Amino acid sequence: MSTYIAAIDQGTTSSRCIVFDHGGGIVSVAQKEHRQIFPKPGWVEHDAEEIWANVLDVVHGALQKASLTVHDLAAVGITNQRETTVVWDKATGVPVHNAIVWQDTRTDQLVKELGEQNQFRDKCGLPLATYFSGPKVRWLLDHVEGLRERAEKGEVLFGTIDTWLIWKLTGRHVTDVTNASRTMLMNLETLDWDDELVDAIGVPRAMLPEIRSSAEVYGHATGTLEGVPVASALGDQQAALFGQTCYSPGEGKCTYGTGSFLLVNTGDKPILSQNGLLTTVGYKIGDQPASYALEGAIAVTGALVQWFRDKMGLISSAPEIETLARSVEDNGGAYFVPAFSGLFAPHWRSDARGVIAGLTGYIDKGHIARAVLEATAWQTREVVDAMNADSGVELTTLKVDGGMTANNLLMGFLADVLDVPVVRPIIAETTCLGAAYAAGLAVGYWSDTESLRENWHKAAEWLPSMDAKTRDKGYRKWKKAVERTVGWIDEDDNDE
Amino acid sequence: MPGPIQSIERAAAVLRLLASGARRMGVGELARALELPKPTVHGILRTLQLVGFVEQSPDTGKYQLGAALFHIGSSYLDGNELRTRALNWSDSLAARSMESVRIGTLHEAQVLVVHHVFRPDNSRQVLEVGALLPAHACAMGKVLLANDPVGHVDDEPLKAFTNATITDLDRLSDALEQVRQRGWASDVEELVEGEVSLAAPIRDRRTVTVGAIGISGPIERLCDADRQPRTELVSYVREAARSISRELGAIPW
Repeated sequence: MSTYIAAIDQGTTSSRCIVFDHGGGIVSVAQKEHRQIFPKPGWVEHDAEEIWANVLDVVHGALQKASLTVHDLAAVGITNQRETTVVWDKATGVPVHNAIVWQDTRTDQLVKELGEQNQFRDKCGLPLATYFSGPKVRWLLDHVEGLRERAEKGEVLFGTIDTWLIWKLTGRHVTDVTNASRTMLMNLETLDWDDELVDAIGVPRAMLPEIRSSAEVYGHATGTLEGVPVASALGDQQAALFGQTCYSPGEGKCTYGTGSFLLVNTGDKPILSQNGLLTTVGYKIGDQPASYALEGAIAVTGALVQWFRDKMGLISSAPEIETLARSVEDNGGAYFVPAFSGLFAPHWRSDARGVIAGLTGYIDKGHIARAVLEATAWQTREVVDAMNADSGVELTTLKVDGGMTANNLLMGFLADVLDVPVVRPIIAETTCLGAAYAAGLAVGYWSDTESLRENWHKAAEWLPSMDAKTRDKGYRKWKKAVERTVGWIDEDDNDE
Repeated sequence: MPGPIQSIERAAAVLRLLASGARRMGVGELARALELPKPTVHGILRTLQLVGFVEQSPDTGKYQLGAALFHIGSSYLDGNELRTRALNWSDSLAARSMESVRIGTLHEAQVLVVHHVFRPDNSRQVLEVGALLPAHACAMGKVLLANDPVGHVDDEPLKAFTNATITDLDRLSDALEQVRQRGWASDVEELVEGEVSLAAPIRDRRTVTVGAIGISGPIERLCDADRQPRTELVSYVREAARSISRELGAIPW
């Protein structure tokens, strides 16, 4: 009997597979990192073939660890790093170029040429920015020889990572509404490719996948996973929203990973932001109406800790930053704004670059470690402020998940700067859980979303304990540090 | 102020040498490298071996750094790292057992709580990370003491928290022997009246015990009618400990 659901989480730095049981409990986990390819400053690529090989490895690895076989799986669900763009040859399945990763800023100039920042916002809910897939495909079409002609003839296919994996698994060329909502090519009302957007960005319709719901059987796997229904696809942040069981308007969560993403469910109508947030599809279960979300995206949070570990070499593993940060009482006046590839929400400044402000001779590595962690909390504060303004409702509790929730110092500080309780659910792996839930709903493994809510339990809670004066002063200093990042990039910085 | 103590300086030099090489070293090699007479180096090694700072291979007679060293200094597994690596499995344990979960490490003969997962009933609970528990009176502490390579309990009189607390050193020693044999520990109303805790060891790739994971809750839920820990709960705790150990690279078992 098939008694488990496997979720594939194809993330920015690694691929994972988690096998879940009916109670939403983790049965086994396998994980494998892939190479980050940096051809030039600001460019980030992945090898899509390597990612596919790793995905197969982790699925089999997770099954093996729990002494399970493919036949024990009721379905497999997919969640993925969003916006990362792959184009491959339809006949051979070979990618025509490395995947261009969401953080990649090579489309900076192109994005400026495409028009004014909010030109397409009404239709797709997104500002023109380097992160989204549409401009990345366009860049490939412009720079890979002969690609545009082949795309128009339907010889090459475009996909975000979900599409690439579903295609490799089942041979079907499909994407889901949440991933499609990150391309700048989909109309939020019709949930289909929009002719005006597709023309304006310059992507041949023939290369686009079919847009489907987030939870339905797209096809059955072939190859080593022969026969397993592939039954969900959700962008990683939407999957986390789903895994946190934020099924009612006003419910939201923040996931702390490489970047951090605050999403709030806004119900069955898209709300356009006045404060630099994104409008996106939250999820769509089969034939039911789509649920929309407002999203605040912060580019660099966990990535800053990784940078601190790998490039500064002061710690040997990411969790050790907490130990180092606790070696001092406070940040000593230092603020670290990690605008490594510009500022995301609510600023959207691609000309910004990182700064460490407030340096004095007093500052030591412990203070910098604090500033690194605090950067994540202050950036969250900015996004929460924007979210409160757009929705007109004050956030009263922040549901959190992701690897950084293991950091108690950070979570406590987060509660302090937001001045609301921060709660972690009993499964921090909500991204995988969301993909598993959606796949399980699609095949009838779970009956409805209400039964999923019953699996949500509080695992930890951090309460605010900072006085208002300290908080306000810290926020003021943070904002001053942010001011110092903008306008750093000049026209000639993009010259070869 | 007295000058530096020569033998300690020499012992430090021996440790530094052993730490620098990936391979084990013999007395002769160490003596040559340090330009010291062999008997002197041998004496230092024997003392270091006694306190657990070096280990001698029974096959080759060569020396390497000992397990006890990994309990002090920077090589010791960081508590924050342990929490991060254990997160999934401690969550799973809480979900399966429906009790609160704690992970602890030994800290000056007490148990330092490095991770705490709430009992999954959405009731009001307070995060206890950073709390210290008496090692002899809780299951995590017994696991840690039983697997401590230095293996000593403070000679101080053991404090009684309830009538059931083990305060006699010989009785504790017997209890720890039992913990070593069966691979898990319990405390039945030994710290708090009406409360029970169960725990099992977390081991790293050197099979050194780096922490303990356990659950705690009321005796009615954790024990059967004969005051014996429920076997199902014990197996959940041990499975979680094994999963975390695997995560840390311990040999699968």
